[in-house]
Amino acid sequence: MPEKTIMNEEDIRRALVRIAHEIVERNKGCSQLVFIGMQTRGVPLARRITAKIEEFEHAAVPVGELDINLYRDDLPALALKPHIRPTNIPTDIAGKRVILVDDVLYTGRSIRAAMDAIIDFGRPQSIQLAVLVDRGHRELPIRADYIGRNIPTSRYEEVAVRVKEIDGRDEVAIIKGEGTS
Amino acid sequence: MKTTEQQETLSGASLAPPWRHRHILDLDDFSRQEIELVFKTTDAMKEILSREIKRVPTLRGKTIITLFYEPSTRTRVSFELAAKNLGADVASLIASASSVVKGESLIDTVSALQALGADIIVMRHPQSGAPYLVAQHLGVSVINAGDGWHAHPTQALLDLYTIQQRIGRVEGLKVVIIGDIMHSRVARSNIWGLTLMGAEVVLCGPPTLLPIGLDSEAALPRVLIETNLDHAIREADVVMPLRLQLERQKRGLIPSIREYAELYQLNGRRLKMAKPSALVLHPGPMNEGVEIAPDVAHGAQSVIEQQVTNGVAVRMALLYILARGGK
Amino acid sequence: MIQPLLIKGGRIIDPSQGIDHSGNILIKDGTIAWLLRDEGQETCLPEHCLVLDAHRLVVCPGFIDLHCHLREPGFEEKETIATGTEAAARGGFTTVCCMPNTNPPIDNKAVVDYVKDKARKRGIIRVLPIGCISKGRRGEELAEMGELAQAGVVAYSDDSDPVRDSRLMRHALEYSRNFGLPIIDHCEDTTLTEDGVMNEGWVATRLGLRGMPTIAEEIMVARDIALAELTKGRLHIAHVSTRGSVELIRRAKEKGVAITAEVTPHHLTLTEERVMGNEAAPQPLSLLSYDTNAKVKPPLRTRREIEALILGLKEGVIDAIATDHAPHTEVDKRCEFGLAAFGISGLETALGALMGLVHSGELDLPLLISKLTIEPARIIGKEIGTLRMGAPGDVTIFDPEAEWVVDPKAFASKGKNTPLAGRILKGRVMATVCGGKIVFQDKHLRLEKSHDIKERVRE
Repeated sequence: MPEKTIMNEEDIRRALVRIAHEIVERNKGCSQLVFIGMQTRGVPLARRITAKIEEFEHAAVPVGELDINLYRDDLPALALKPHIRPTNIPTDIAGKRVILVDDVLYTGRSIRAAMDAIIDFGRPQSIQLAVLVDRGHRELPIRADYIGRNIPTSRYEEVAVRVKEIDGRDEVAIIKGEGTS
Repeated sequence: MKTTEQQETLSGASLAPPWRHRHILDLDDFSRQEIELVFKTTDAMKEILSREIKRVPTLRGKTIITLFYEPSTRTRVSFELAAKNLGADVASLIASASSVVKGESLIDTVSALQALGADIIVMRHPQSGAPYLVAQHLGVSVINAGDGWHAHPTQALLDLYTIQQRIGRVEGLKVVIIGDIMHSRVARSNIWGLTLMGAEVVLCGPPTLLPIGLDSEAALPRVLIETNLDHAIREADVVMPLRLQLERQKRGLIPSIREYAELYQLNGRRLKMAKPSALVLHPGPMNEGVEIAPDVAHGAQSVIEQQVTNGVAVRMALLYILARGGK
Repeated sequence: MIQPLLIKGGRIIDPSQGIDHSGNILIKDGTIAWLLRDEGQETCLPEHCLVLDAHRLVVCPGFIDLHCHLREPGFEEKETIATGTEAAARGGFTTVCCMPNTNPPIDNKAVVDYVKDKARKRGIIRVLPIGCISKGRRGEELAEMGELAQAGVVAYSDDSDPVRDSRLMRHALEYSRNFGLPIIDHCEDTTLTEDGVMNEGWVATRLGLRGMPTIAEEIMVARDIALAELTKGRLHIAHVSTRGSVELIRRAKEKGVAITAEVTPHHLTLTEERVMGNEAAPQPLSLLSYDTNAKVKPPLRTRREIEALILGLKEGVIDAIATDHAPHTEVDKRCEFGLAAFGISGLETALGALMGLVHSGELDLPLLISKLTIEPARIIGKEIGTLRMGAPGDVTIFDPEAEWVVDPKAFASKGKNTPLAGRILKGRVMATVCGGKIVFQDKHLRLEKSHDIKERVRE
């Protein structure tokens, strides 16, 4: 299917650097932050952001990973991906500011599931959301606090985020699906 | 409308092999990949069990009913907890032996449970084949929690998982199962599971408790049969004594419990003949002093307690995998 | 008045006379009037004769079943004499010997008379009752064999139980010599088969079911042979199922012991693997496993036993084939394997199943027919199972090549418990004549009136 690259490696790097700075600025430092990357690609993105923060703040920031499969509201869709990936929250999140990181924000359902999961782990002070791409078409009242790029899409398109750690390269592409000319 | 997951799929993540079972009746029709899927899912479930709030809403809205025609607090509670941890609604029916006269009441009973909205029935029954009868005649998914002498797949899966966890593999291990093989559904399901995962299985027991046809090529996967425990246990990686039911002596299959313990008890002396790292498993409940010596049961090599913990996680994994299969 | 019947142009196989050629048979006044080679002429036909065109069909004496359970009196929900004889007729049987495990059991004249009376009124073929060996079938005291013989039983048996007590068996064999009737034993040492539900072997181990070993049958066969030899009584072994039994019977016959034996169609054609479901692909177990339709006593066994049984038939060690038709209600069978009743409903599938052995070349057709006709007749000492002139007009007409699918719902028998449901059998009864009367006729079979044929021929 035809693809169009919207962001290349450099675009992605700059976006993540900007997001890292925004997060630290808005939260006036990073002492209360806990990053949680959403499986699968949110995890390396979260790691890159915290690595960047460590560079310019000279302070370690905890990063965890979360698989939201057990919190989905659409059970049969799980048939597509039966493996549950690891969930690892390294510290107690009670009273902390959780920064949830995902690659693409679309309907918002994954984020809702993630929030349910996080609250089962404890009571954070707040939850903020950072995404690399916001492609619109929300079905729930959810918004991202930090966005790499807004990419308007139609429902027939797919947004493919590829990261070096998993796919061997960094790229964001739009794939035209069926039903389009 | 595509979800993030589906997007991941399209961008190249590989699909896990399809799960083919509507019911979990025995391990004879499982593939290695399916067992590995169960293990991976169990890992995730163990993580949930390590949290303070041991609960996820995954099976919210699903109804799981346990139907036990044989007494068993441990397995039943294990399933109940597993279901509750996944947010399902659980009900338990314990049918006393006297209400089991003819199977029509079994089909009728399960039929009623299905009408009540059960999505999954977990059943234990003293007659071999009972869950097959239920699965054949009704639409609900069935998990066999033990049928007669025939199968106990969830026990075998948790045994396999425990071994895998502690040793890191099942392939190539020498596993010795001791005792009343003839009447043991745990032994049978374990034979399927262990040989599928590449272990070498040795069955050891008195000749009167070793059933005919075990060495038939058609029957069961290849197993070694031995009546002398001191021989069988040499260099074993895993030792699994089975519970000896005291009524076997009444039926004349063994002359006395004392002699059985003398010849077949897993005690410290015998355990030393196995590998120093050998694991001791037991499906429970134990007759301490009969098939297993108390010091071995509670000794350093015993993983009996882990079996119980893993049991809840394995059952959560199975309920999860089965429930998400949809209609 | 039954109309005369001409059965025309079929392949007539009558082992009692060594006949196997095409020809015509006329049945008049309820008996065989004549049997002629086919000459293509309708001469000597009586007025208003029915003509059955048996072209391409086999015509043989009506089958005789030495062993079946009609369940009446007492178990009418499973079968009645009416439904059982209807099933028998569809299976090509014109005579059945019914076992006495009814309620009350057939251990006195009153019950024999009841059965005979019912058979006369509601049965459509000949029913010959078998009387009990022991009072009430309790295995303790001898039944009044004299009274039973006078009332018309053709043999004595405590089926479906064995005669456990050797002393009782000895006395039964001795005492029955008075009446010249055989003692039929269901050979099973119940201390070895206790709680067993299928053959002991790898399948039982696989399924986690308790097995019944072959020696449980052989031990009692050996005992009965020794007792028969001692007492000079007539012994008949019911439903032989093992190689060892065949061997014992062979040696007994060589020694001149008065022993006969029967085998069932299911023991000749099905193995224990049928319990696992589909015999062709039994593993891994499917939802069709633990099939109670394959639960029977003695149990289905192995290929090895089957080969010995077929050889036994060929050598004459096993004299007859009997169905052991055992109908049960759905409630009795639609349950856990261990709790289900033992028994197979076999009258309507017997021929079809047995023809499989003919088609595979394991048995030849005249031999098969002899095992269903003249041999059982000899055992009960009746002048049936033959197409001799003057013999009763009992004729079976079947198509050896017709294929049909077994549909238990369409059975005349109340017992739908067959392990052959859905199977395609090759060999089908087209008509059954009993005492000159057509008691079963396939809907595709045409009967004509001789008058009409003469009209046609004249034109």
